[in-house]
Amino acid sequence: MGMSLFTPLSWNDSGFILTGVLNTVYISLVAITIGTVLGLAVGFLRAESNRVTNTLLGGVLDILRSVPLIIQLILFSTYIGAMGHPLNPFAAGSIVLSLYTMAFMGEVFRGGFESVPQSMVVAGRSLGMSYWQTVLYIRLPIGMRAVFPSWLGVALSVIKDSALVSVIGYMELLRTSEQLISRTQQPLEILLGVGLFYFIISYPLSLYGKYVERKMAI
Amino acid sequence: MIKIQGVYKSFDELEVLKGVDLDVKKGEVISVIGGSGSGKSTLLYCINGIEKIQQGNIIVDEIDVHAKGTNRDNLRQRLGMVFQQFNSFPHLTVLENASLAPRIVKKLKKKEAIEIAKEELNNVGLSDKFDEYPTRMSGGQQQRLAIARALAMKPEYMLFDEVTSALDPELVGEVLDTLRMLSDAGMTMICVTHEIAFAREVSDKIAFFHQGIIEELGTPEQVISNPQKETTQKFLSKVLH
Ligand SMILES: Nc1ncnc2c1ncn2[C@@H]1O[C@H](COP(=O)(O)OP(=O)(O)O)[C@@H](O)[C@H]1O
Ligand SMILES: [Mg+2]
Repeated sequence: MGMSLFTPLSWNDSGFILTGVLNTVYISLVAITIGTVLGLAVGFLRAESNRVTNTLLGGVLDILRSVPLIIQLILFSTYIGAMGHPLNPFAAGSIVLSLYTMAFMGEVFRGGFESVPQSMVVAGRSLGMSYWQTVLYIRLPIGMRAVFPSWLGVALSVIKDSALVSVIGYMELLRTSEQLISRTQQPLEILLGVGLFYFIISYPLSLYGKYVERKMAI
Repeated sequence: MIKIQGVYKSFDELEVLKGVDLDVKKGEVISVIGGSGSGKSTLLYCINGIEKIQQGNIIVDEIDVHAKGTNRDNLRQRLGMVFQQFNSFPHLTVLENASLAPRIVKKLKKKEAIEIAKEELNNVGLSDKFDEYPTRMSGGQQQRLAIARALAMKPEYMLFDEVTSALDPELVGEVLDTLRMLSDAGMTMICVTHEIAFAREVSDKIAFFHQGIIEELGTPEQVISNPQKETTQKFLSKVLH
């Protein structure tokens, strides 16, 4: 009677897998939400501010966008740990992924704000609106509509990029599946399943983005 | 009453207004004509305080537009403005376009703002377009919307900046009809325009603008039929042929 070292995948694993799925969804939602809010502020600042502020801000964002996410994650969690303030993987991952998202969203929203013709803002002012009313009622809604497809594109890539947070130990979908693979030795089934999950989330959203884009082009 | 006294305005090095004087009494229609680049639009922007001036005064109903303490957001409620570009808000329906400012600037109740907006839209002949989005309408309709949107703030004065210049020729008439209706209703108006025949017909006074000053000011009879200055004569012979 030979005892197998490995236990095959079974229904008992579904809770574990679900945890991974939910953690992926959770950290993605956190990063997209925080990244969108910060990105709005950054994009607005970039559209409004003078050359000096813009160059400084642009430099920081360029760094965030060009250093690979995986390196930012490792650097940040190592540095924070070395400073004596170790953070749990979720917190560290959320911070890095949110800032990374912010850097991309900032450029998207900047483009949105800049796409609103100045003459439309002047029309608002001529009706007695204050500066902030034109931001809130004219530039924000018109600009955001224009860049919605790009926003969705960034959000989708954040969902996929969130898999990298596994390198600092966050139990998202990829990491749970790696653990399952080492236990079950069934990489094909598991990785196909994981791939399918990302596809099921991303594909309808990207179709929706294309639909909106087409609708707005008319 | 609007009093414009010795107004100078520059954009950096470029001096655009070089001492403009003009009075506009309640109920008057004044048309401003003149070559492109002579500073006509700039003058309108200075009247509602969207552009600063370097010298002189502009007084609207006893309020000094460019004085330090003046609340220009409040002041602009008295001064409706319509532009060459239609500037419809594309994310809002026609009714929302016209009721937005009454709601958020005058802080009227939504129902009240909509009531006023509907009334103004009816007056410009857009009663069947309340729920339409402006981008689906013709230029003439969008320009009439812009007029109704400004009127919904119940301004004392209307400033029109070449409101027919971006329109296809066949749509000019409907917008000019709207302006005629307003002038018949007694609205005080300053119209920058290239429509000389229209200006002659509706205006109490015509101001010919040339290189940042009012070169000639008078009744349509004086300025258009019997221009005294050579520059006025040259300009008119160019645009009338
Ligand atoms: N915002 C601005 N910045 C710099 N120059 C401007 C600006 N607006 C207008 N100008 C210049 O001022 C002059 C007068 O312009 P404008 O008032 O638009 O003339 P008009 O309406 O009579 O055609 C032009 O030479 C124009 O280029
Ligand atoms: Mg002009």
